[in-house]
Amino acid sequence: MSEPIFDLTYVWAAIIAFGVIMYVLMDGFDLGQGILFMFAPSEHDRDIMMNSVAPVWDGNETWLVLGGAGLLAAFPLVYSIFLPALYIGVFLLLAGLIFRGVAFEFRFKAHTSRYLWNWAFAIGSTVAAFAQGAVVGAYIQGFETENMRYVGGALDWLSPFTVLTGLGLVAGYALLGATWLVMKSEGSTQQWAYRLVKPLLAAVLLIFAIISIWTPFVDPFVSERWFSHITPIWLLPILALACAFWLYRSIQAKREGTPFIATMGMFIFTYLGLLASKWPYVVPPNYTLSQAASAHESQLFLLLGLLFVIPIVLVYTAWTYWVFRGKVKADQGYH
Amino acid sequence: MDLDPLVLSRIQFAFVVSFHAIFPVFTIGLASYIALIYGLAFKTNNPKWERLGAFWTQVFAVVFGMGVVSGIVMSFQFGTNWSNFALATSNFLGPILSYEVVTAFFLEAAFLGVLLFGRGKVPNGVHFFAALMVSIGTFISSFWILSANSWMQTPAGVEMRDGFYHVIDWSAAIFNDSFWYRFSHMALASFLTGGFVVAGVSAWFIIEKRDTELHRKALSMTLWLLLIIAPLQIFVGDMHGLNTLKHQPTKVAAMEANWETQKNVPLLLFAIPDQEAQKNHFEVGIPSMASLILTHEWDGEVPGIKEMPRDQQPNVPVVFWSFRIMVAMGVLMVLFAITGLILRKNKAYARNRWFLQGLRLMSLAPFVAVLSGWFVTEVGRAPYLVYGQMTQAEALTPSLTGGMALFTLIGYIAVYACVFAAGAYYLTRVIRAGTEAAEQHDDERHRAKRPLSAAEADFD
Repeated sequence: MSEPIFDLTYVWAAIIAFGVIMYVLMDGFDLGQGILFMFAPSEHDRDIMMNSVAPVWDGNETWLVLGGAGLLAAFPLVYSIFLPALYIGVFLLLAGLIFRGVAFEFRFKAHTSRYLWNWAFAIGSTVAAFAQGAVVGAYIQGFETENMRYVGGALDWLSPFTVLTGLGLVAGYALLGATWLVMKSEGSTQQWAYRLVKPLLAAVLLIFAIISIWTPFVDPFVSERWFSHITPIWLLPILALACAFWLYRSIQAKREGTPFIATMGMFIFTYLGLLASKWPYVVPPNYTLSQAASAHESQLFLLLGLLFVIPIVLVYTAWTYWVFRGKVKADQGYH
Repeated sequence: MDLDPLVLSRIQFAFVVSFHAIFPVFTIGLASYIALIYGLAFKTNNPKWERLGAFWTQVFAVVFGMGVVSGIVMSFQFGTNWSNFALATSNFLGPILSYEVVTAFFLEAAFLGVLLFGRGKVPNGVHFFAALMVSIGTFISSFWILSANSWMQTPAGVEMRDGFYHVIDWSAAIFNDSFWYRFSHMALASFLTGGFVVAGVSAWFIIEKRDTELHRKALSMTLWLLLIIAPLQIFVGDMHGLNTLKHQPTKVAAMEANWETQKNVPLLLFAIPDQEAQKNHFEVGIPSMASLILTHEWDGEVPGIKEMPRDQQPNVPVVFWSFRIMVAMGVLMVLFAITGLILRKNKAYARNRWFLQGLRLMSLAPFVAVLSGWFVTEVGRAPYLVYGQMTQAEALTPSLTGGMALFTLIGYIAVYACVFAAGAYYLTRVIRAGTEAAEQHDDERHRAKRPLSAAEADFD
């Protein structure tokens, strides 16, 4: 076999990394509605919350499916180690997503059984968000592997550290959901959303401070990367904090769209910081991107199709958000 | 108690995939039917066809939604329970399964929204085109899935290097030896499923005396289609069987419960295969018939199960009986299609209560046939996952314990039971609401591009 002219591994790494952050940002705010759902003051607010994400939520979740299949195609080692290692967590994640998805559809059509769908939506969303956060924590912890196989136990992914990252993501998604609601609602619903932002921001900052201090102890590799010398990656947490400050100011000023953008900024810079901590290890602590990659011809075969489809999906997504721009009203039920 | 993660994983996969399969097999057939109806609406400009199309599109939306929800789980099963298989085959199955997702994505982005919500907003021709593209899209999706499955039955186009399959010839791998047989068999199965559900529901509406003339027309058209498709399926199934005989003789031997390689093999109508004793009890058969079907000669030689040692044989009773159930359903379908032809005179097919009630029951037959057919081909491949190359035991996730597998097995059964109960219940509401409710509603609230928002009925 001749050496390929161009290594597609990094192209694929970029595609998957892009898919993950797209998923986190987009499903994040609609999972956030679910996390906050039962805390809403009235059924009217819940109608608004659901209507604000109804047109877009299932498009958001398709990124997850694409990510799963794309991982198998481009980085099969990630797929075949993460899924066994996170076995129970993956089940909770999927069960949560299924329940909230079905609840989404049926709540609009239900009357007497509506409260049941409310709870299914809230619990499903919260469990899914927690499981995703725990996955991030497990990734930071690393996986016990031998000869390209996971050899750890069923609950290695569930540790005090991953519980904290799970709670961190629940709080983060709730913040994303609250700022989304500030942007999309008005009146008493918006006032409620405004009141949520500051406590949630405080919770997120507190949990992330603990995670940041804790992480270098969990993984010496991260400690080496961040503390061995002054590096430009220090900019990333600084930028994340700047976004947090921006969010605080924009809430003080009662801005409507800015808080959501600032929260997305916090997520993006934290995410980049996480990637920078682990680069180029994709199955820490043993395997790098190139070790986890599939064969060149397989990467190429799928890339040809994706180059055609991803732009179409992006345009379609942008168009959907454009069509549904502006404030949501309760009687505008998309059911 | 000693829990075997292999057995539990097999049960879990069988459960999850069986549960999932009933939705796409129906939507694929129904999508074609909807395209046909909208084609007629476009051609004749008759609002009746529009109404019928709108009704079945609502049913399609609910079933499609359920298929998507249950399908999410599928894309993770390979990694959670069969990670050695996922890793070894990733160079081929990764891109193939991803293309399936990409196709579904593209389909949803471009055409599903127009089909579900575009009626009255786009020209009829465009709406028909969207319906056509959705139905083609469902076939492309199944193309990739069946290619992946066929490759596991008759692997080709790859070579093994350092524990990984590497693709050396994409077209040989995708269009492997059993692919076209399996694809045709499944395509026809989807048509039969769509056809018999439409026939059953139409029959129910006629019995209930609701929108009778429209549903009589629908039933008439469907019966003509079934008259062609049902016998054609028997013919294609026979060819598929011959292809299996060539590549997987042990599977065919298990289908016929034929233990010894011999000539003049009878076609068993009844038997209780005994895997321990390696023989059958209470055999009732037609002499030499199996030889004739499989080799097209009365004294043709049929391979026996005993060609394989005991530990390399599939579960014979399961394969044998699943095959009989599938064939029985197929024969019933042909009989109903022919009865429909006999009752053509004076449109008796729309008045004969026995026939109409029978059609109602028959709407379940294709699902039974499809599931038992998959049991034949999947259980019959045992002990292999990639036929002749990788066993199920080798494919299993090494770190998986019996307790973990049992936990998720019970979990998925519980989750699917809730989802299925709600979905099936809601589907009956949509059907009960009927074509009368499928008239145009206000558009504003239909802008949500989610499948289920296309349905109008209340949940309770």
